[in-house]
Amino acid sequence: MAVVSVPKPSEESNSKAKTPSQSNTITLRISRSNPSEGQEAIFSEFQIPVQKWTTVLEAILYVKQNFDHSVAVRYSCRQASCGSCGMKINGKPALACYTKISELNSNIVTVEPMNNFPIIRDLAVDFKQLISNHKKMKPFIIREDSEVTPESKEFIQTPQDLEKFLQFSYCIKCGLCNSACPTMATDTSFIGPQGLAQAYRYVADNRDKGKDERLKIVDDSHGIWRCHFAGSCSQVCPKGVDPAMAIQLLRGYLLGFRK
Amino acid sequence: MKIHYGTALGAVALVAVHILMRMSQKFSDSLQYQNVIANYHFLPYALMLEVLLILLSVHGFNGLRVILLELKQGSTYEKMINYGSLAAMAILIAYGSRTILMAGMGIS
Repeated sequence: MAVVSVPKPSEESNSKAKTPSQSNTITLRISRSNPSEGQEAIFSEFQIPVQKWTTVLEAILYVKQNFDHSVAVRYSCRQASCGSCGMKINGKPALACYTKISELNSNIVTVEPMNNFPIIRDLAVDFKQLISNHKKMKPFIIREDSEVTPESKEFIQTPQDLEKFLQFSYCIKCGLCNSACPTMATDTSFIGPQGLAQAYRYVADNRDKGKDERLKIVDDSHGIWRCHFAGSCSQVCPKGVDPAMAIQLLRGYLLGFRK
Repeated sequence: MKIHYGTALGAVALVAVHILMRMSQKFSDSLQYQNVIANYHFLPYALMLEVLLILLSVHGFNGLRVILLELKQGSTYEKMINYGSLAAMAILIAYGSRTILMAGMGIS
Protein backbone atom coordinates (compact mmCIF):
# COMPACT_ATOMS: atom_id res chain seq x y z
CA MET A 1 0.00 0.00 0.00
CA ALA A 2 1.39 3.36 -0.98
CA VAL A 3 1.79 5.88 1.74
CA VAL A 4 1.44 9.51 0.84
CA SER A 5 2.94 11.90 3.33
CA VAL A 6 1.32 15.29 3.41
CA PRO A 7 3.87 18.05 4.13
CA LYS A 8 3.22 20.24 7.11
CA PRO A 9 2.38 23.87 6.28
CA SER A 10 5.83 25.04 7.43
CA GLU A 11 7.61 22.40 5.25
CA GLU A 12 5.48 23.31 2.27
CA SER A 13 6.43 26.94 2.37
CA ASN A 14 10.12 26.02 2.67
CA SER A 15 10.21 23.40 -0.08
CA LYS A 16 8.45 25.49 -2.69
CA ALA A 17 10.47 28.45 -3.85
CA LYS A 18 8.30 31.38 -4.72
CA THR A 19 8.23 31.50 -8.53
CA PRO A 20 7.55 34.74 -10.38
CA SER A 21 4.20 33.43 -11.65
CA GLN A 22 2.97 33.16 -8.06
CA SER A 23 4.20 36.61 -7.15
CA ASN A 24 1.53 39.22 -6.67
CA THR A 25 3.62 42.25 -7.46
CA ILE A 26 6.19 42.86 -10.16
CA THR A 27 8.36 45.81 -11.05
CA LEU A 28 7.51 47.24 -14.44
CA ARG A 29 10.31 49.33 -15.95
CA ILE A 30 9.11 51.53 -18.79
CA SER A 31 11.55 53.29 -21.11
CA ARG A 32 10.60 56.97 -21.29
CA SER A 33 11.95 59.22 -24.01
CA ASN A 34 10.88 62.06 -26.23
CA PRO A 35 13.37 62.52 -29.10
CA SER A 36 11.48 65.52 -30.52
CA GLU A 37 12.42 67.39 -27.33
CA GLY A 38 15.91 65.89 -27.23
CA GLN A 39 15.04 63.84 -24.15
CA GLU A 40 17.27 60.78 -23.67
CA ALA A 41 15.72 57.48 -22.60
CA ILE A 42 15.30 56.93 -18.88
CA PHE A 43 13.42 54.15 -17.06
CA SER A 44 10.41 54.77 -14.85
CA GLU A 45 9.69 51.97 -12.38
CA PHE A 46 6.25 50.98 -11.12
CA GLN A 47 5.07 48.27 -8.74
CA ILE A 48 2.19 46.46 -10.43
CA PRO A 49 -0.14 43.87 -8.89
CA VAL A 50 -0.44 40.98 -11.32
CA GLN A 51 -2.48 37.84 -11.74
CA LYS A 52 -1.53 34.65 -13.58
CA TRP A 53 -3.23 35.96 -16.71
CA THR A 54 -2.08 39.59 -16.64
CA THR A 55 -0.49 40.65 -19.92
CA VAL A 56 2.28 43.22 -20.33
CA LEU A 57 -0.20 45.56 -22.04
CA GLU A 58 -2.58 45.31 -19.09
CA ALA A 59 0.30 46.17 -16.76
CA ILE A 60 1.17 49.23 -18.86
CA LEU A 61 -2.49 50.29 -18.90
CA TYR A 62 -2.57 49.86 -15.12
CA VAL A 63 0.30 52.34 -14.93
CA LYS A 64 -1.60 54.75 -17.16
CA GLN A 65 -4.75 54.44 -15.05
CA ASN A 66 -3.16 54.63 -11.62
CA PHE A 67 0.29 56.22 -11.72
CA ASP A 68 1.19 58.12 -14.85
CA HIS A 69 -1.29 58.70 -17.66
CA SER A 70 1.41 60.29 -19.86
CA VAL A 71 3.05 56.96 -20.78
CA ALA A 72 2.87 56.78 -24.59
CA VAL A 73 1.87 53.36 -25.93
CA ARG A 74 0.06 52.34 -29.10
CA TYR A 75 -2.54 49.58 -28.76
CA SER A 76 -5.95 48.66 -30.05
CA CYS A 77 -7.41 45.14 -30.29
CA ARG A 78 -5.73 43.51 -27.24
CA GLN A 79 -5.88 40.12 -28.99
CA ALA A 80 -2.83 40.02 -31.30
CA SER A 81 -4.84 40.97 -34.37
CA CYS A 82 -4.03 44.62 -35.01
CA GLY A 83 -0.25 44.56 -34.57
CA SER A 84 -0.16 47.89 -32.72
CA CYS A 85 1.48 47.04 -29.39
CA GLY A 86 4.85 45.69 -30.56
CA MET A 87 7.68 46.53 -28.17
CA LYS A 88 10.81 45.06 -26.63
CA ILE A 89 9.84 43.08 -23.56
CA ASN A 90 12.82 42.03 -21.46
CA GLY A 91 14.99 42.63 -24.51
CA LYS A 92 12.96 40.59 -26.99
CA PRO A 93 10.52 42.04 -29.54
CA ALA A 94 6.98 40.86 -28.73
CA LEU A 95 3.36 42.00 -28.70
CA ALA A 96 2.48 43.41 -25.26
CA CYS A 97 -1.08 42.10 -25.50
CA TYR A 98 0.14 38.61 -26.37
CA THR A 99 2.78 38.29 -23.65
CA LYS A 100 1.69 37.20 -20.21
CA ILE A 101 3.85 38.43 -17.36
CA SER A 102 3.76 34.96 -15.79
CA GLU A 103 5.47 33.57 -18.92
CA LEU A 104 8.44 35.88 -18.53
CA ASN A 105 9.64 34.16 -15.35
CA SER A 106 10.92 37.39 -13.89
CA ASN A 107 9.74 39.78 -11.23
CA ILE A 108 11.22 42.65 -13.20
CA VAL A 109 9.68 43.38 -16.58
CA THR A 110 11.42 45.93 -18.78
CA VAL A 111 9.58 47.40 -21.74
CA GLU A 112 11.31 49.47 -24.40
CA PRO A 113 10.37 50.73 -27.87
CA MET A 114 11.18 48.43 -30.79
CA ASN A 115 14.64 48.61 -32.35
CA ASN A 116 15.14 49.82 -35.94
CA PHE A 117 12.21 52.26 -35.80
CA PRO A 118 12.31 55.99 -35.06
CA ILE A 119 10.84 56.63 -31.60
CA ILE A 120 7.87 59.00 -31.41
CA ARG A 121 7.64 58.95 -27.62
CA ASP A 122 8.15 56.33 -24.89
CA LEU A 123 6.95 53.02 -26.39
CA ALA A 124 5.34 54.41 -29.55
CA VAL A 125 7.44 54.14 -32.72
CA ASP A 126 7.03 55.51 -36.24
CA PHE A 127 5.77 52.94 -38.78
CA LYS A 128 6.16 55.20 -41.84
CA GLN A 129 9.02 53.23 -43.39
CA LEU A 130 7.42 49.84 -42.72
CA ILE A 131 4.15 50.88 -44.35
CA SER A 132 5.97 52.53 -47.26
CA ASN A 133 8.04 49.38 -47.90
CA HIS A 134 4.90 47.28 -47.62
CA LYS A 135 3.17 49.45 -50.24
CA LYS A 136 6.25 49.29 -52.47
CA MET A 137 5.73 45.52 -52.73
CA LYS A 138 2.33 46.12 -54.40
CA PRO A 139 0.41 44.05 -51.84
CA PHE A 140 -2.52 43.22 -54.08
CA ILE A 141 -3.32 40.82 -56.91
CA ILE A 142 -2.12 42.24 -60.22
CA ARG A 143 -3.86 41.07 -63.37
CA GLU A 144 -5.62 42.56 -66.37
CA ASP A 145 -8.90 40.70 -66.11
CA SER A 146 -11.30 41.04 -63.22
CA GLU A 147 -12.49 37.98 -61.38
CA VAL A 148 -16.02 39.35 -61.34
CA THR A 149 -17.49 38.57 -64.75
CA PRO A 150 -20.82 37.06 -65.67
CA GLU A 151 -19.04 33.87 -66.81
CA SER A 152 -16.58 33.33 -63.97
CA LYS A 153 -17.18 34.43 -60.41
CA GLU A 154 -13.83 33.59 -58.89
CA PHE A 155 -10.39 32.20 -59.60
CA ILE A 156 -10.28 28.66 -58.34
CA GLN A 157 -7.24 27.67 -56.27
CA THR A 158 -6.38 24.19 -55.11
CA PRO A 159 -5.48 23.68 -51.42
CA GLN A 160 -1.88 23.12 -52.59
CA ASP A 161 -1.85 26.49 -54.36
CA LEU A 162 -3.21 28.14 -51.24
CA GLU A 163 -0.67 26.42 -49.00
CA LYS A 164 2.21 28.08 -50.89
CA PHE A 165 1.40 31.52 -49.52
CA LEU A 166 -1.23 31.12 -46.80
CA GLN A 167 1.01 31.56 -43.75
CA PHE A 168 2.46 34.76 -45.22
CA SER A 169 -1.01 36.27 -45.51
CA TYR A 170 -1.29 36.11 -41.70
CA CYS A 171 1.10 39.08 -41.36
CA ILE A 172 -0.43 41.81 -39.17
CA LYS A 173 2.32 44.38 -39.90
CA CYS A 174 3.33 44.65 -36.25
CA GLY A 175 6.97 45.31 -37.23
CA LEU A 176 8.47 42.80 -34.77
CA CYS A 177 10.38 41.05 -37.56
CA ASN A 178 11.93 44.31 -38.74
CA SER A 179 12.79 45.15 -35.15
CA ALA A 180 14.61 41.82 -34.68
CA CYS A 181 16.43 41.99 -38.03
CA PRO A 182 20.21 42.56 -37.63
CA THR A 183 20.53 43.89 -41.20
CA MET A 184 17.93 46.59 -40.53
CA ALA A 185 20.08 47.78 -37.62
CA THR A 186 22.84 48.91 -39.99
CA ASP A 187 21.14 49.24 -43.38
CA THR A 188 18.34 51.76 -42.95
CA SER A 189 17.36 51.43 -46.63
CA PHE A 190 16.84 47.65 -46.41
CA ILE A 191 13.30 46.60 -47.39
CA GLY A 192 13.12 44.36 -44.33
CA PRO A 193 11.66 40.91 -43.66
CA GLN A 194 8.07 42.20 -43.51
CA GLY A 195 8.15 43.71 -47.00
CA LEU A 196 10.04 40.80 -48.52
CA ALA A 197 7.67 38.24 -47.00
CA GLN A 198 4.75 40.18 -48.46
CA ALA A 199 6.45 40.26 -51.86
CA TYR A 200 6.72 36.47 -51.69
CA ARG A 201 3.10 36.15 -50.57
CA TYR A 202 1.92 37.70 -53.86
CA VAL A 203 4.61 36.20 -56.09
CA ALA A 204 3.63 32.72 -54.89
CA ASP A 205 -0.08 33.38 -55.45
CA ASN A 206 -1.05 31.71 -58.74
CA ARG A 207 -3.80 34.29 -59.36
CA ASP A 208 -1.22 37.06 -59.51
CA LYS A 209 0.48 38.20 -62.71
CA GLY A 210 2.79 40.83 -61.22
CA LYS A 211 5.70 38.52 -60.40
CA ASP A 212 8.23 40.21 -62.70
CA GLU A 213 7.32 43.66 -61.39
CA ARG A 214 7.84 42.59 -57.78
CA LEU A 215 11.02 40.65 -58.44
CA LYS A 216 12.45 43.78 -60.07
CA ILE A 217 11.63 45.79 -56.93
CA VAL A 218 13.23 43.33 -54.49
CA ASP A 219 16.32 42.74 -56.68
CA ASP A 220 17.81 46.03 -55.49
CA SER A 221 21.09 46.99 -53.80
CA HIS A 222 19.13 47.31 -50.53
CA GLY A 223 16.72 44.52 -51.37
CA ILE A 224 16.53 40.78 -50.95
CA TRP A 225 20.28 40.07 -51.18
CA ARG A 226 21.01 42.02 -48.01
CA CYS A 227 19.36 39.33 -45.86
CA HIS A 228 22.01 37.38 -43.93
CA PHE A 229 19.53 34.66 -42.98
CA ALA A 230 19.92 35.19 -39.23
CA GLY A 231 16.33 33.98 -38.89
CA SER A 232 15.47 36.22 -35.94
CA CYS A 233 12.48 37.62 -37.88
CA SER A 234 10.85 34.19 -37.89
CA GLN A 235 11.68 33.66 -34.21
CA VAL A 236 9.74 36.69 -33.04
CA CYS A 237 6.69 36.61 -35.32
CA PRO A 238 3.58 36.33 -33.12
CA LYS A 239 1.49 34.93 -35.99
CA GLY A 240 3.81 32.06 -36.92
CA VAL A 241 4.87 33.62 -40.23
CA ASP A 242 8.34 32.60 -41.41
CA PRO A 243 9.76 35.63 -43.26
CA ALA A 244 13.25 34.09 -43.42
CA MET A 245 11.83 31.19 -45.43
CA ALA A 246 9.88 33.57 -47.69
CA ILE A 247 13.12 35.42 -48.46
CA GLN A 248 14.91 32.18 -49.36
CA LEU A 249 12.01 31.06 -51.56
CA LEU A 250 11.90 34.48 -53.24
CA ARG A 251 15.63 34.17 -53.97
CA GLY A 252 14.80 30.90 -55.72
CA TYR A 253 12.62 32.84 -58.17
CA LEU A 254 15.39 35.38 -58.80
CA LEU A 255 18.02 32.69 -59.38
CA GLY A 256 15.72 30.75 -61.69
CA PHE A 257 15.27 27.71 -59.41
CA ARG A 258 11.55 28.42 -59.10
CA LYS A 259 9.12 29.48 -61.83
CA MET B 1 24.29 39.39 -56.60
CA LYS B 2 24.21 36.75 -59.32
CA ILE B 3 27.71 37.99 -60.26
CA HIS B 4 28.79 37.31 -56.68
CA TYR B 5 27.45 33.75 -56.68
CA GLY B 6 28.78 33.05 -60.19
CA THR B 7 32.29 34.33 -59.46
CA ALA B 8 32.36 32.36 -56.19
CA LEU B 9 31.47 29.08 -57.92
CA GLY B 10 33.91 29.75 -60.76
CA ALA B 11 36.71 30.63 -58.34
CA VAL B 12 36.12 27.48 -56.24
CA ALA B 13 36.37 25.32 -59.38
CA LEU B 14 39.52 27.01 -60.67
CA VAL B 15 41.23 27.10 -57.27
CA ALA B 16 40.58 23.35 -57.04
CA VAL B 17 42.36 22.88 -60.40
CA HIS B 18 45.17 25.16 -59.21
CA ILE B 19 45.68 23.07 -56.05
CA LEU B 20 45.43 19.78 -57.97
CA MET B 21 48.21 20.99 -60.27
CA ARG B 22 50.44 21.36 -57.23
CA MET B 23 49.80 17.69 -56.45
CA SER B 24 51.13 16.44 -59.78
CA GLN B 25 54.56 16.47 -58.17
CA LYS B 26 56.06 16.89 -54.69
CA PHE B 27 54.65 20.09 -53.19
CA SER B 28 58.10 21.59 -52.48
CA ASP B 29 59.18 20.78 -56.06
CA SER B 30 56.10 22.50 -57.47
CA LEU B 31 57.27 25.72 -55.84
CA GLN B 32 60.76 25.61 -57.36
CA TYR B 33 61.52 28.71 -59.45
CA GLN B 34 61.80 26.82 -62.75
CA ASN B 35 58.54 24.96 -62.17
CA VAL B 36 56.64 28.13 -61.32
CA ILE B 37 57.96 29.91 -64.43
CA ALA B 38 57.09 26.83 -66.51
CA ASN B 39 53.47 27.19 -65.35
CA TYR B 40 53.32 30.69 -66.79
CA HIS B 41 54.86 29.51 -70.08
CA PHE B 42 52.10 26.92 -70.48
CA LEU B 43 49.40 29.02 -72.16
CA PRO B 44 46.22 27.18 -70.96
CA TYR B 45 47.46 27.35 -67.34
CA ALA B 46 48.42 31.03 -67.69
CA LEU B 47 44.95 31.74 -69.10
CA MET B 48 43.37 29.88 -66.18
CA LEU B 49 45.37 32.03 -63.75
CA GLU B 50 44.17 35.15 -65.56
CA VAL B 51 40.52 34.02 -65.31
CA LEU B 52 41.07 33.13 -61.64
CA LEU B 53 42.51 36.58 -61.03
CA ILE B 54 39.45 38.23 -62.63
CA LEU B 55 36.98 36.03 -60.71
CA LEU B 56 38.66 36.63 -57.35
CA SER B 57 39.03 40.38 -57.90
CA VAL B 58 35.39 40.80 -58.90
CA HIS B 59 34.18 38.56 -56.06
CA GLY B 60 36.39 40.14 -53.41
CA PHE B 61 35.72 43.77 -54.25
CA ASN B 62 32.02 43.18 -54.84
CA GLY B 63 31.85 41.58 -51.39
CA LEU B 64 33.66 44.53 -49.84
CA ARG B 65 31.31 46.91 -51.71
CA VAL B 66 28.27 45.12 -50.25
CA ILE B 67 29.68 45.25 -46.71
CA LEU B 68 30.39 48.97 -47.04
CA LEU B 69 26.91 49.63 -48.45
CA GLU B 70 25.37 47.87 -45.48
CA LEU B 71 27.40 49.93 -43.03
CA LYS B 72 26.29 53.32 -44.31
CA GLN B 73 23.76 54.68 -46.78
CA GLY B 74 23.42 57.81 -48.88
CA SER B 75 23.49 58.47 -52.61
CA THR B 76 26.95 60.15 -52.75
CA TYR B 77 28.49 57.56 -50.45
CA GLU B 78 26.98 54.67 -52.43
CA LYS B 79 28.20 56.11 -55.76
CA MET B 80 31.65 56.56 -54.28
CA ILE B 81 31.73 52.95 -53.05
CA ASN B 82 30.45 51.55 -56.36
CA TYR B 83 32.95 53.43 -58.52
CA GLY B 84 35.74 52.92 -55.98
CA SER B 85 35.17 49.15 -56.03
CA LEU B 86 35.16 49.07 -59.83
CA ALA B 87 38.41 51.07 -59.94
CA ALA B 88 40.03 48.79 -57.32
CA MET B 89 38.97 45.71 -59.32
CA ALA B 90 40.43 47.15 -62.51
CA ILE B 91 43.72 48.13 -60.83
CA LEU B 92 44.18 44.70 -59.23
CA ILE B 93 43.35 42.88 -62.48
CA ALA B 94 45.76 45.11 -64.41
CA TYR B 95 48.56 44.57 -61.89
CA GLY B 96 47.99 40.80 -61.74
CA SER B 97 47.78 40.54 -65.53
CA ARG B 98 51.05 42.41 -65.80
CA THR B 99 52.71 39.76 -63.59
CA ILE B 100 51.22 36.90 -65.62
CA LEU B 101 52.27 38.50 -68.92
CA MET B 102 55.78 39.33 -67.75
CA ALA B 103 56.35 35.84 -66.35
CA GLY B 104 54.87 34.28 -69.50
CA MET B 105 57.11 36.30 -71.76
CA GLY B 106 60.17 35.80 -69.63
CA ILE B 107 60.56 39.48 -68.72
CA SER B 108 61.95 40.02 -65.23
